[in-house]
Amino acid sequence: MSRVRKLTVPALTRVEGEGALRVRVVDGRVEIAEFNIYEPPRFFERLLKGREIREVPDIVARICGICPVAYQMSACYALEKALAIRVTPEIDALRRLLYCGEWLQSHALHMHLLDAPDFLGCESGFTMPPEHAPFLERGLRMKTIGNQLIAVLGGRAVHPINVTVGGFYKAPSVAAVRGMLPDLEWGLAAAEATVAEVSRFAFPAFHVPHEYVSIHADDSSCREYPMNHGRVVAVAAGRTTLDLPVADYETHFVERHVPQSTALHCLIEPGSRPYCCGPLARMATSRGQLPPRAAAAAAACGIAWPSDNPFHGIVARGIELVAAFEEAVRIAGDYQRELATPRIEYQPRPGTGCHATEAPRGLLYHRYRIGDDGLIAEATIVPPTSQNQARVEEDLKAYLPTVLDHDDAEATRRCEHLIRTYDPCISCATHFLRIERPTPR
Amino acid sequence: MRPRLAVYKFASCDGCQLQVIDVLGRARKHLGEVADLLDIEHFLEARSRIGAGPYDVGLVEGSVSTPHDVERIKEIRRQCRFLVTIGACATAGGIQALRNWGQIDDFLGAVYATPAYIDTLATSDPIEAHVKVDFELRGCPIDPGQLASVISAFCIGRKPRLPGYSVCVECKERGTVCVAVAKGIPCLGPVTQAGCGAICPAYDRECFGCYGPDRQEPNLVSLTGFYERHGANRESLGRLVQSFNAWAPEFRAEHDRLSGDAS
Repeated sequence: MSRVRKLTVPALTRVEGEGALRVRVVDGRVEIAEFNIYEPPRFFERLLKGREIREVPDIVARICGICPVAYQMSACYALEKALAIRVTPEIDALRRLLYCGEWLQSHALHMHLLDAPDFLGCESGFTMPPEHAPFLERGLRMKTIGNQLIAVLGGRAVHPINVTVGGFYKAPSVAAVRGMLPDLEWGLAAAEATVAEVSRFAFPAFHVPHEYVSIHADDSSCREYPMNHGRVVAVAAGRTTLDLPVADYETHFVERHVPQSTALHCLIEPGSRPYCCGPLARMATSRGQLPPRAAAAAAACGIAWPSDNPFHGIVARGIELVAAFEEAVRIAGDYQRELATPRIEYQPRPGTGCHATEAPRGLLYHRYRIGDDGLIAEATIVPPTSQNQARVEEDLKAYLPTVLDHDDAEATRRCEHLIRTYDPCISCATHFLRIERPTPR
Repeated sequence: MRPRLAVYKFASCDGCQLQVIDVLGRARKHLGEVADLLDIEHFLEARSRIGAGPYDVGLVEGSVSTPHDVERIKEIRRQCRFLVTIGACATAGGIQALRNWGQIDDFLGAVYATPAYIDTLATSDPIEAHVKVDFELRGCPIDPGQLASVISAFCIGRKPRLPGYSVCVECKERGTVCVAVAKGIPCLGPVTQAGCGAICPAYDRECFGCYGPDRQEPNLVSLTGFYERHGANRESLGRLVQSFNAWAPEFRAEHDRLSGDAS
């Protein structure tokens, strides 16, 4: 008689949004390993139709309360391409500073409140035992600094209001931006301490070959750790497997129906390959562009990059905290005169533009078509969590055999941890690749 | 015994729950120890342990948009003695309520290749359309200070105090020159509930109504008429009132009046 084990989590905890885990193992063989998403659809691509160009950054921010800046940045640059305008290098720098704020608050939240509890043997950041209080307090303060940085540039921490196509509504105040410097410098040292601490966590010995995808900026026009600019690249086993302009994204990345499930997975063609985006992917493609202190933290943490262990995501995030603080210190320090031109003016005109930026969780692609009436005629948005979904399931299949010696509760917890390491942001449900009726609870 | 808190999510962006995490996370030091006033018993995004109901206070983020969620909110209502809706999705249906004007099949087909897999209602409803709500906290997103104030008011047993006036008052408090009068920018400040601190006009742009219609009989017809007489485009004004609180009765009626749609 075959032995059937089912592991199910009807509502995953410590993830952003609503998801479920379903696993079925027969005689030690994994039959089903699904990461289900049942967040209700919100139809953003449709409801953008007929809106004004200037409304888009405010609307797409509402796709995700954790990474609104990412949506605003991908949208602004895509629309600016459609309008054939280009922001000044000064506006570009402040946009990067704003994006640093988002990486800081998002990464600090995920590392300390969502991911670390699994390593520290507790069920929540709010109930961490007192010996971890310094770690937690430091993390929450880094998160607060990220929030403040977004508020200084964007007006408020969640759904900033100062971002517009062409630049900013109002030039950020020099005094307020530079006033952040002491906190940012504190944060830089704090993030280094955090990298040292999380790299000593006990990581499951789990290694899977991944194909990593991110934007990558390493040429004469732009050389930086990727946020707002770059070509789309993929690397696997230390080799570049893809390198293309963002304009060609849709010809190589497709949503495909997978036979044994209702899933549409985001895959690379040719070969229908699942891939991984996010901090581990950026560390694989672009660690050569890390600023000096982040590069030093990466070199000193005892992990060989790129890593093929998904649980190292927390360390990669920590290194990116260092990078974001370091970049923020540099850009805020350079901001000495208020922007003379806070935004480039434009006249609505028909056109198409696409752009990809690096949300904290990975590549975020937007394409817009502006119609003859100057309104949005068509919008396409591919959020990072959709792209990672196929990869997460592949990882689950590979990881399960290593946890089956544990009882169901512990095996399930370990699978949940694996999913959390990807920082899935299920709310980014513009558009989700799979919607399944939830298990009643 | 301390009050027991539950936090729930429906269709939303997570931004309001993030404000809850911020308030609870920094509370210990900065906000009058709100986190130490209650026990977090049910908060999937922040804790793996789930304490059994019933709960003293429930915070609900998001709008009701699937058949399953219609049942879920009824059960939550049974579990929570005091139910508070947080944010524009929960109080007015959110930006996703734009579908309420259209044909749902059109929306489904536009986003998903295989619409049959998607289980959804034709409308995105505020929580109040399905169950009794004890208190609503507006905003897209909610303001952390207001949230802390509502939680502490509940814990000490007094009525929450929130502003009963429009964003205009906050612009005056802040010393912001009126963008409508001085720059001719159509602004929803005069008809929008205060609470955000009048951020947008301070950044040289219009208020776009994140906190929904002012509770004191907002006169939208008069306001949009004023903007039209000063050259604003009617379709554009219709879009201005049709955003994050589009389905709030006053904004919805004004949108329909402007677009000549009485339905």
